[in-house]
Amino acid sequence: MSTASPGTAPGAALPEHPDALWRDAAPKRSYDVVIVGGGGHGLATAHYLAKLGITDVAVVEKGWLAGGNMARNTTLIRSNYLWDESAGIYEHALKLWEGLEEDLGYPILFSQRGVLNLAHTEQDVRDSVRRVEANKLNGIDAEWLDPDEVAKVCPIVNVSDDIRYPVQGATFQPRAGIAKHDYVAWGFARRASDAGVDIIQDCEVTGFVTEGDRVTGVRTTRGDIGCGTVALCAAGHTSVLLDMLGVPAPLQSHPLQALVSELLEPVHPTIVMSNAVHVYVSQAHKGELVMGAGVDTYNGYGQRGAFHIIERQMAAAVELFPVFARAHLLRSWAGVVDVTPDASPIVGRTPYDNVFLNCGWGTGGFKATPGIGWAFADTVAHGRPHPLIAPFGLDRFVTGALVDEHGAAAVAH
Amino acid sequence: MQLIACPWCGPREELEFSYGGQAHVAYPSDPAALTDEQWARFVFFRDNPKGPFAERWAHSAGCRRWFTAVRDTRTHRFLSVGPLAASGSGATS
Repeated sequence: MSTASPGTAPGAALPEHPDALWRDAAPKRSYDVVIVGGGGHGLATAHYLAKLGITDVAVVEKGWLAGGNMARNTTLIRSNYLWDESAGIYEHALKLWEGLEEDLGYPILFSQRGVLNLAHTEQDVRDSVRRVEANKLNGIDAEWLDPDEVAKVCPIVNVSDDIRYPVQGATFQPRAGIAKHDYVAWGFARRASDAGVDIIQDCEVTGFVTEGDRVTGVRTTRGDIGCGTVALCAAGHTSVLLDMLGVPAPLQSHPLQALVSELLEPVHPTIVMSNAVHVYVSQAHKGELVMGAGVDTYNGYGQRGAFHIIERQMAAAVELFPVFARAHLLRSWAGVVDVTPDASPIVGRTPYDNVFLNCGWGTGGFKATPGIGWAFADTVAHGRPHPLIAPFGLDRFVTGALVDEHGAAAVAH
Repeated sequence: MQLIACPWCGPREELEFSYGGQAHVAYPSDPAALTDEQWARFVFFRDNPKGPFAERWAHSAGCRRWFTAVRDTRTHRFLSVGPLAASGSGATS
């Protein structure tokens, strides 16, 4: 330990601050593309736009880079959704995750440790087996495991039949995993910034300048910014922006809570999710047990939720994992998630010619980050929805072509 | 856990209540005349303000009656509560 001599300021002996990974830019007068939202989706969109050669791009963020849901999610990555449309975009994302470290040249601690989605009732079992077969038909790795096989994959799950909702089996996707969410954001930001993208923090959008069916400028707390195209990636705050544009969308913003335990020795080798008893758990690289539950039922932008939601989630966790009974809750928090009627995202056109929408990922946006960044960048670059996101347009609520993923979303809402 | 003031029972814990979403959404007066777009609006689209929001709650583990509340979605604080009839909504009756 170094000791400071009298008269030396505390901390004076510390090393220099390390170089920042990206430039903290000030806004220019205008850009070809203005991305609203400096979270995972906005940064990934900027990165893939740069790869397409479009670098006159600003990412405007009302707070700090990746400080919203990107800092608050439980980092689960999987693609075992039911419908073909979802399989398309989530599996594309998973394949990009598998090569993302090389693409970004930055460690993201992507660990493919598999996910178990537990079934606790006869109906759960039928739905789960159906989903496994649907996944296989879409070329996605999926297996149905009986309770003994579940215990082999994750020995700490209580598969005995004397609990309130005994485990009757589980779907297993071995390629699912977790990643270090902050590193993912930093990796995208670093690459985009190096390519010439301006990342503008502390820059809240307060309005839009419109001319007929085009948006010509974005009003912000740091002045007006002219734009060729606007790409909205604002997650839970999308409705606030769409209200400024007078565009209705079927979104409801809810608090979604998560929590971590103190650091523990490695005890949990995989990811376990249970839709029926509302808990999902993995163990972070550092050692915390990371847990999430269903959304708080009411609309809320408050980035916090009610304690009884956590209490129920912990009760479920301790019943499923008796070994957790002596763990302590270290921190809990909430993000604001934009939930849609069919638990699928809304991506694509808006009534404005040059405004594209990416929202409605609800409780599951993190896993999609590279996939939607890639497809949304292509959409913005070519001025039309990429085929992978075409099924997720706003018009599906009029045509009735919903993509109902309430079962596979695995988070109650 | 916050206390919610049921208009009939007084302040009770939040977990006794269930949420009913936006208030004052009336069933269409002439359903057969609606276009697909108008049906979509009625079925799927609800306001999602950041700020005061008029919404329905049910005291489901208490008197089981519905009421209307105005709540600030930024702070989750209840600004006012009142019986459904007084607020002019017949949506749940």
